[in-house]
Amino acid sequence: MYVAVKGGEAAIANAHSLLADRRRGDRSVPALRLDQIVEQLALGVDRVMSEGSLYDRELAALAIVQARGDMIEAIFLVRAYRTTLPRFGYSNPIDTGAMLVERRVSATYKDLPGGQLLGPTFDYTHRLLDPELAAGADVAEPLQRAGEAEAMPRVSAILAREGLIEPDGEMPQDHVPGDITREPLEFPMARDIRLQALSRGDEGFLLALGYSTQRGYARNHPFVGEIRIGEVELELDVPELPFAVPLGRVRVTECQMVNQFKGSAKAPPQFTRGYGLVFGQSERKAMAMALCDRALRAAELGEDVVAAAQDEEFVISHSDNVQATGFVEHLKLPHYVDFQAELDLVRRMRAEHDARENADLPEEKREAAE
Amino acid sequence: MRGQEARDQAARKAVMATLAQASGDDIARLWNEAGLTSEAELLRGPETGLVTVRGRIGGGGAPFNVGEATVTRATVRLPTGQVGHSYMLGRDRKKAKLAAIADALWQDPAQRQSVETALVAPLRAAQAEASEKRHAETAATKVDFFTMVRGED
Repeated sequence: MYVAVKGGEAAIANAHSLLADRRRGDRSVPALRLDQIVEQLALGVDRVMSEGSLYDRELAALAIVQARGDMIEAIFLVRAYRTTLPRFGYSNPIDTGAMLVERRVSATYKDLPGGQLLGPTFDYTHRLLDPELAAGADVAEPLQRAGEAEAMPRVSAILAREGLIEPDGEMPQDHVPGDITREPLEFPMARDIRLQALSRGDEGFLLALGYSTQRGYARNHPFVGEIRIGEVELELDVPELPFAVPLGRVRVTECQMVNQFKGSAKAPPQFTRGYGLVFGQSERKAMAMALCDRALRAAELGEDVVAAAQDEEFVISHSDNVQATGFVEHLKLPHYVDFQAELDLVRRMRAEHDARENADLPEEKREAAE
Repeated sequence: MRGQEARDQAARKAVMATLAQASGDDIARLWNEAGLTSEAELLRGPETGLVTVRGRIGGGGAPFNVGEATVTRATVRLPTGQVGHSYMLGRDRKKAKLAAIADALWQDPAQRQSVETALVAPLRAAQAEASEKRHAETAATKVDFFTMVRGED
């Protein structure tokens, strides 16, 4: 027998208006505008775009406000919104070599064409809280340095000249890039599909896995060949025009991780690579993605799969924080009937257990126990 | 002839790139100042959808899907018959419509010059200036390495 129980409509409606009130907070404090969030919480917006898998700053800012700053809730809102829109197509692959670079560093070459550009980085700050910021002090304009635009080849291209590094990841000629938003996950999966999953994966989860590889679980001696952040042109082929339509620019972060590789039956000693590419300025995420990408290539490179970070099904199945939060958080929803059944079962098992224990006891102890 | 056609296509594409990058407010302001017509029949949209952004493995390898972006598009026809298209990042429908009209006007030899000078040229100049500023600000963060000489001789 299944008995449906209704109730709680009024409580739910009131809870939601209470949520709206608490979200707004003290009315004597000015309400946040979306442009303030876009401009001043830009990296939070970038994280929501990257893990929400939707490049749209204003929507990400709206999601952050609506979620009261809860990033995973904001990512959830963005993912839900995406499903309401029609799909116009797939862009032409972006060319990160032609990026308008805002930051570019390499840990492998000091003097490389284009140089080391620190850009707007937290690196080398002292991590001291700034009371002037709290007081709302004016901020000076940044310095400028006139300079001719220098070509900035990817570091991987420099290493490639010596033949000591594997090429950019190729796929068979007839391979169509997989799309996890269209087809269910299947294991084992091709590297392109894995990269799509990693690019929208949870930063914290990928960071922890990347860290685990550095600490010795699937150690693979990584160097940051290059990190670059900046805007790239996005173009789309459409049937109504004889050329690819320029859609505007998107900001992305790219990380080329270079890994020592002692060689295997399949390949000579050389440097191998892990790749990270994410929306916005998200350096930690791009690095973690590159570490995970390399670790997940273990089977392809003939390495033993011994650690969690190398286990494709484990990593990819648990990297999506919207899925993860959905399954974890559903536990708090009413399970009254399930629990009633479990309660009944445990009571019965306990009674049987006690009866068995009693039967095993000698006569006098049984009396003492009673 | 073919060379001319290719040049026209490149110029038209460059106009689209400039408009896609401009803000809707800037386009509307210049549009009004130039007194361009916005009389056009909407054939499609303006409508917002998604374009999946592709990258390449390792930067130059096989393509893979990175994520999606909101894109708004419109198609219009002028009373004089030219059909214009626009596709651009974001959800600004008004901007997409004006950009489609601009594309149609640009194809009309009688209007091309005024679209180029009154609308596209000022936007292009502002964008070039902003890019130059950004480039110079980034250049100021370039590391100049120097070698410390230790010991004597």
